[in-house]
Amino acid sequence: MENIIEIKGLHFAYEPDEEGKEPVEVLKGIDLDIKQGEFVAVLGHNGCGKSTLAKHLNAILLPTEGTVTVDGIDTKDADKLFELRQRAGMVFQNPDNQIVSSIVEEDVAFALENLGVPYEEMRRRVDESLRAVGMYEYRMHSPSQLSGGQKQRVAIAGIIAMQPKCIILDEPTAMLDPQGRKEVLATIHRMNREQGITIVLITHYMDEAADCDRVVVMDKGKVVLDNVPEKVFSQVEKLKAIGLDVPQVTELVWELRKAGCDISPEIISEEECVAAIEKLFAD
Amino acid sequence: MLKDITIGQYFPGNSIIHRLDPRFKIVITLIYIIMLFSGGNYICLAVGAAFTFGAILLSRIPVKMFWKSVKPLLPFLVITAVLNLLLMSSGEVLWKWKFLRITEDGLNTSLFMVIRIVLLIMGTSLLTYTTSPITLTDAIERLLSPLRKVKFPVHELAMMMSIALRFIPTLIEETDKIMSAQKARGAEIDTGSFATRAKNLISILVPLFISAFRRADELATAMECRCYHGGEGRTRLRQLKSAPRDYIALAVTVLFLVGVIVLGKLV
Amino acid sequence: MAILETQELTYTYSVGTPFEKTAVDHVSLSIDEGEMVGVMGHTGSGKSTLIQHFNGLLRPTSGKVLLDGKDIWEDKDRIRDVRFKVGLVFQYPEYQIFEETVFKDIAFGPKNMGLDEAEIKRRVLATAHDIGLPEELLERSPFELSGGQKRRVAIAGVMAMEPRVLILDEPTAGLDPAGRDKILEHIKRYHERTKNTILIVSHSMEDIASFADKILVMSRAKLFCYDETVKVFARADEISEIGLDVPQITRVFGELRRRGLDFGKEVFTVGYARDLLLRQLNERKVR
Repeated sequence: MENIIEIKGLHFAYEPDEEGKEPVEVLKGIDLDIKQGEFVAVLGHNGCGKSTLAKHLNAILLPTEGTVTVDGIDTKDADKLFELRQRAGMVFQNPDNQIVSSIVEEDVAFALENLGVPYEEMRRRVDESLRAVGMYEYRMHSPSQLSGGQKQRVAIAGIIAMQPKCIILDEPTAMLDPQGRKEVLATIHRMNREQGITIVLITHYMDEAADCDRVVVMDKGKVVLDNVPEKVFSQVEKLKAIGLDVPQVTELVWELRKAGCDISPEIISEEECVAAIEKLFAD
Repeated sequence: MLKDITIGQYFPGNSIIHRLDPRFKIVITLIYIIMLFSGGNYICLAVGAAFTFGAILLSRIPVKMFWKSVKPLLPFLVITAVLNLLLMSSGEVLWKWKFLRITEDGLNTSLFMVIRIVLLIMGTSLLTYTTSPITLTDAIERLLSPLRKVKFPVHELAMMMSIALRFIPTLIEETDKIMSAQKARGAEIDTGSFATRAKNLISILVPLFISAFRRADELATAMECRCYHGGEGRTRLRQLKSAPRDYIALAVTVLFLVGVIVLGKLV
Repeated sequence: MAILETQELTYTYSVGTPFEKTAVDHVSLSIDEGEMVGVMGHTGSGKSTLIQHFNGLLRPTSGKVLLDGKDIWEDKDRIRDVRFKVGLVFQYPEYQIFEETVFKDIAFGPKNMGLDEAEIKRRVLATAHDIGLPEELLERSPFELSGGQKRRVAIAGVMAMEPRVLILDEPTAGLDPAGRDKILEHIKRYHERTKNTILIVSHSMEDIASFADKILVMSRAKLFCYDETVKVFARADEISEIGLDVPQITRVFGELRRRGLDFGKEVFTVGYARDLLLRQLNERKVR
C-alpha cells in the first residue's frame, strides 16, 4: 500500500510572545508514515503535541524543520494549498465553531462553493455526503436545532463532500455525550470501510483507539509507541506513566499477570477477557 | 428566559408570497414604499392599503402578527401625530385652548401620516415574515453584486451577515448559561439595585466576549480548512430562480404604483 | 438526616406553547447529609433540569424542593441564600471566569455573600488548597492557565461559598485522563475534609463507580432509581436498556455469569475484580 502521509524529521516551535525568549518547541522530531486506507489513532494527553501535529497535516501550521507530505504534496507548497486541503480534510473539536451556515445543506456545500464546483455536481455531492453520514433528512434544519453528535456529522459531511483521501479529526468527540460519541465514531469507521478514506483520529479516549488499525502514542512532542492496539495497550505501565488510560479489561489482565496468573497481556476486548477468565478457571 | 425570544421574525410557510424570488420581493417592497409616498390623498392611501391587505391575505399569516410589529412603534407614532396635530396652524380651527389649537389640516396630516407609517411597517414586515434572514442576505448580496465593480465589498458584507445570523442562537444560549452560572455564584442580575446589576453585567459580558473571540478564531481556521478565500470564483448551492409568478407580482405592483400616481394627479 | 428533598417535583418548559415539554416528571427523592452521589442519565433525561432546581435557579411548575426540611420557595426573596447553601458548578465552568486574577475570581461568590475581607481571604486560600491550586497562581490572570487549571479555578469559585451541598455538572468533560483523575481526586479530598454532601453528574460509569456511595439515575424525565452503588449496578441489564453504559468490567462479569461462572458479587471496579478473581482462584487451588 502507498503512503498517503509522510512525515520526516518534523520539528515545530511556536514563536515566543516576547522578544528575547526562547521559542517553545512542541514537536521534537517526528517520523511517521501513514498508508492509504489506514485507520490510525493518535493518542496522548493534553499538551503532548498531538493537535499541533494534526495542524501540520493540512498546512494550518508549517514545519520549523523537516517535511510533511500528503498525497505527494509538500505542505510548504503554497501553490497547491487548496488541492492539499481538499485531499486532507479536517474536523475539529467544537461542533459549533466549525459550522458556517444556518442551513445544514449549505454548510455541507461551503467548501464546494469556495472551490467553484458547478451547481449540478455540487448538488449531487452534497446530497451524497449528507446521506453518507445519515443527516439527509436534516438537510434543511438549522444547526442550532441539532445535537452535538449530529453537528459533528454535518461537519464530517462538509469534508466528505470535497472527496478527500484522508480525514484528520482533532478530538471530535471530546465535547459530546456518549450517544453523540457513538454516532460520530460509527460514521468515521463507515467512511473508512466503505469509501477507503484514510482516518487520522486524534483523541485522548483509549476506548476509541482500541477499535483502530494502529495506535500512535505521543508524549512531550515525540512518538513513544506505534503499533497495533493489542501491543500498545499491553504496555500498561508505560501508558499510565504518561497519564493515559487503558481499557478496564486490559488493566485487569495486567493486574492478574502481576499476581502470577497465566494470562495473555494482549487483551483489549470484552470477549477476549471473558474467554481468558473462563480459561483461567477451567484449568 | 432568553431562549424563548424568536430571532428574525420569519414565519415559515409555503404561500405564494413565501415562494416568490427574494430578489423580486425586495424590489417589490421598494416599489411599494415609493407607492405609499407618491400618493397624496386618501384614495391613494386606500389603494395602498388594499395592496397591503391583499398581500397579507395571500401570505396566510394572521393579521394580528402584523399588529405585533406595529405595537413597539406606537409611542413614536403617537408623539409624531400629536406634534403634527399641534404645530399645523393652517386651515379651519376645530378646537382651541389657550395657545393650543387643532386645525382641520393638522388633523388630516396627522391621520394621513399615521396610516402611511402603519402601512409601511406592515408591508416591510411582510417581507421579513415571509423570507428567512439568510435568504434575504443572499438576495441582497445578489442585487448589490454589480457594485463589486466599484470595489464595494458585497460578498464580505453578506458573509459577515450570514455568520452573524448563524451565531445568534449559539450566543443567546451561551448568555443564558453564563447568566445561570453567575447567578449560582450569587450575582444579582434580575434583582438588586441598578448599581449592583450594572456591576454584575461585567461578569456576564467578559466571559461572553472571550468566548465570542475564541469562536471567531476557531471558525476562521475551520473556514480556511475548507478552502475559503473570499468571494472570487465562488459558486452557490442556493440557486435563485425567477418564475413567471415573480414577473406577474412585479407587474401587478408596478400597475398599483402607476394607479396611485394617476389617482394622485386626478383627484 | 435528609438535607435535600424533592416532593413530586415537576417542571414543564414553555407552558402553553407548541414547544411544551415536561423535563422533570413527579420526582420525589431524599438525599442524606454527607453523601457522595453520582447522577446519571443521558442528554434530555431531565438531570440538568433537576439539579437546577436544587439551588433555585429554576422554579418547579408543581411540587416542592426542601432544603433542611424547609421549602426553598417559601420566601422567594431569600432564594439567594439557597444558592449559597447549595453550590452549583455548571458544565465547562471555565467559561464563566471573568476576573483579572485567580484570587478575585474565586472570591466573587464569597463577596456576593457579603463576607468580610479576612473571611474571604481565608476561604479563597482554603479552597485553592483543596482543589490543588498552588498559592503562587492566585495573583496570576486566570486566562494564562491551562485548561485543567482554569476548570479548577471555576470549581474553587463555587466551593469557596462553602455550600452545604455541592453539585457538579460533568466536572471532567473534555479533560484528558490525567486532568480527570486530578479533579476527581481533589473533589474526593474536599469531601473527606468538609463531609459536605456532593452530587456529581457524569456520563462515565467508570468514574461514578470509583467515587459514588449512591447513584441517582434519571430517564425520560422520571427518576429511574436512587440507591446504593452496588444495588444500582446490580441492575446492569435494565440500565443498559435505558441507553446508559455500565462499566466494561461489570459487563464482563455479567457475561461470565451468563456462561455459568457466577462469583455471586457485583463487580464495578478493576481493583475489586482482581481481588475477587485471585481469591476465587486460590480457593480452587486449596480445594
